[in-house]
Amino acid sequence: MPLDQSFVGRSYPPSPPYEVGREKIREFAEAVGETSPLHRDPEAARAAGYRDVIAPPTFAIIVSLKANDVLVEDPDLGLDYSRVVHGDQTFVHHRPIVAGDRLTAVLHVDGITSRMGNDMLAIRAELSTEDGEPVTTGRCTLVVRGEDA
Amino acid sequence: MIRASEVSVGDELPPLSLRITRADLVRYAGASGDFNPIHWNERFAREVGLPGVIAHGMLTMGMAARIVTEWAGDPGAVVQYGVRFGRPVPVPDDDKGALVEVTAKVTKVNDDGTAKVNVTATFEGKSVLGGASALVRLRA
Repeated sequence: MPLDQSFVGRSYPPSPPYEVGREKIREFAEAVGETSPLHRDPEAARAAGYRDVIAPPTFAIIVSLKANDVLVEDPDLGLDYSRVVHGDQTFVHHRPIVAGDRLTAVLHVDGITSRMGNDMLAIRAELSTEDGEPVTTGRCTLVVRGEDA
Repeated sequence: MIRASEVSVGDELPPLSLRITRADLVRYAGASGDFNPIHWNERFAREVGLPGVIAHGMLTMGMAARIVTEWAGDPGAVVQYGVRFGRPVPVPDDDKGALVEVTAKVTKVNDDGTAKVNVTATFEGKSVLGGASALVRLRA
């Protein structure tokens, strides 16, 4: 069944805060093969002008992936996550994510379109600190494969 | 961090060869929290019609970012990075894994001190990340 168009423009309450840890940044950097000392060494990060070690460019996916739970758990939307494929992903960094940040994500449904039996759900995750400082805007398209697709 | 005076449209970044193995998929699943079984369970992947276990699109995106971060000299200089996920990258159950070739080129130098870099990633000669690009802040 196609997704309900009236969800376009909807946003969800902020996700519980995610605390960015130094070791999580190091672990993620190792997993994607990033070698920079700015992900590992707080002294090197401070010398480069940062408060603490900074996260690799795609680290924000950890926070936005968790935030997607509100979509999956919204019974009115009726999203079958087992049929969902990640179509595209963009991050706009208003500043780098830094160890010690406590980030919340607000999810917005920016668009719902249908193409060849698949639903395309355009989602925007606005990541900010608990104090409201904007950090990262993540945009993605979730493709919900149709029953016959 | 790379200086604006060192960057021109058409510059090619040093290319990158990524070897993605099953161990990389397991490590990335743990680091990212994406435990979708299509990235580690052969039986499940085949049941849903895939040729076998495939790499997380986000892993390919994350690994390919290194072509830009190493060139920039500061991963914090990457102010924007986006990709479309094209064909999947199947990762065989061996020590060699899948080989993804990454190239990148400067396509625009903006007045605000940023440069746009277009990124390509191919597996067996075919594109796996479509329309991939990054915006990098340059040193004045």
